[in-house]
Amino acid sequence: MTVRRRFHALVKAFILGACIIPLIHLIARANGLGDLGANPIQEVLHTLGKTGLNLTLITLMITPLRKETNFYWLVSLRRMLGLSAFFYALLHALTYVALDQGFMWSSLYIDVTQRPYITLGALALLIMIPLAITSTKASQRRLGRIWKKLHRLIYLIASLGVLHFFLQAKIDVAEPIIYSIALLLLLGYRANTWLKRQQATRKQ
Amino acid sequence: MLIKRQRGIKTSEITAESTFRKRRMLLKTALAMGLIQSANSSAQDNLISLEAKDSDTRKKPFPENGQINNLKIWRGDIDLESTPFEDVTGYNNYYEFGTGKTDPARYAHTLEPHPWNVTVEGEANKTGTYALEDILKGHVLEERVYRFRCVEAWSMVVPWIGFPLADLLRKFEPTSRANYVQFFTLNEPEQMPGVRYPVLRWPYREGLTIAEAMHPLTLLTVGLYGQVLPNQNGAPLRLIVPWKYGFKSIKSIVRIRFMQDQPQTSWNMANAREYGFYSNVNPGKDHPRWSQATERVLGGGLFSARIPTRLFNGYAEEVASLYTSLDLNTNY
Repeated sequence: MTVRRRFHALVKAFILGACIIPLIHLIARANGLGDLGANPIQEVLHTLGKTGLNLTLITLMITPLRKETNFYWLVSLRRMLGLSAFFYALLHALTYVALDQGFMWSSLYIDVTQRPYITLGALALLIMIPLAITSTKASQRRLGRIWKKLHRLIYLIASLGVLHFFLQAKIDVAEPIIYSIALLLLLGYRANTWLKRQQATRKQ
Repeated sequence: MLIKRQRGIKTSEITAESTFRKRRMLLKTALAMGLIQSANSSAQDNLISLEAKDSDTRKKPFPENGQINNLKIWRGDIDLESTPFEDVTGYNNYYEFGTGKTDPARYAHTLEPHPWNVTVEGEANKTGTYALEDILKGHVLEERVYRFRCVEAWSMVVPWIGFPLADLLRKFEPTSRANYVQFFTLNEPEQMPGVRYPVLRWPYREGLTIAEAMHPLTLLTVGLYGQVLPNQNGAPLRLIVPWKYGFKSIKSIVRIRFMQDQPQTSWNMANAREYGFYSNVNPGKDHPRWSQATERVLGGGLFSARIPTRLFNGYAEEVASLYTSLDLNTNY
């Protein structure tokens, strides 16, 4: 028992490390270890955004993985992954507001209200906030069934995130297509489970 | 077996940026003191040459790589500070080598800019296929420091080397029906890995009105930073139209076509709503998906602020007269 628990703790620490590495790598590059290229602000912006999106999709992989492997403890990784995704999305937005736009509120207002991909991105981040706040075990207990429903919003968040990525592409959509396929597989898994459950209840 | 020769520029051949800046300082001072003639003065001999120590090298019309010497200096905007060489040659949109900004620098070494031919066709008396050497023969090369504004809202300042496109086009004797000029980029899957994917309609094509093509600011470009164009910047022959978004400045030109009607252009074919035929730099006309009011000057680091974008990229004084009867909002 203790061996297993120790193993889980080790895995958790390892995943946490993996979540932090992209940020450390970025900071190292910004400080001369490596290079951010000719357009460093855009490089930081895109790296943070993409890491946030990656982590959102990885978070969505936990449930299918648990169901297929019966490793129930995998669920304990979900909060950390989800919070990391939120953290990167937040840094992405802050980079946009501070470094890219230099707090030009008038131009930010136009962007958020008139440019669909920015509207969608902002919306995704906004919806992430209540999920991050209620991510604690205490909230989970307090909210009961509502918690589960509330946290299904991650399906919407992930969809908005992928769409945000898709719509900002100038013309080469190869990468957004790969992300869309991953998203469809992850959502399809849920749809499939749901359909099966519907069929099962109908038979009864 | 095919052995591909690497045609990149050796590091030893690159003008050090400090040397480049010192040279500019010297030129600026010399110009101010009237010691050297500027471009407005009488033309000197053909100044394309290698480091001409003996008469033999002087016969060579244009170097395949390395330094270009004895340039005529263009007076305009001599105070502009050029973007670092690494950024000018390391951050490029040249989709024939991949859509990433660093792809061209990484993959363009497979481009073979020599030998190079340019086909001239359409509404002109002297059509035909010309070798690059014949295209360049007799033209005095100038160094011109221009602002370069990408449609993606970033910009650079580049010391280009070339000569006015008009000087070349006149030699082909365009007819009275030549209202437009279309240009085509090389389309060689063997040399350009990117053209295997239909990201844009290949070959890449661009176009100008005849008045735009004949404008003295429109530069047929063969070099930058004192040396022959690196492959990723569109070797061996490209256009620079400084008052238009960067994608109008077509690279590695192999075909020039004089036309009566407005020609097709690659980005316009891909998305007419986002990329118009004119594509003049205009802070008042946003791209449907992003603002064009400001731009980020490359090479400024992580905390550099955007600067306001200027109408016609700051060249309104020179080019606004071309568009007096044109509604810039609908003819973007």
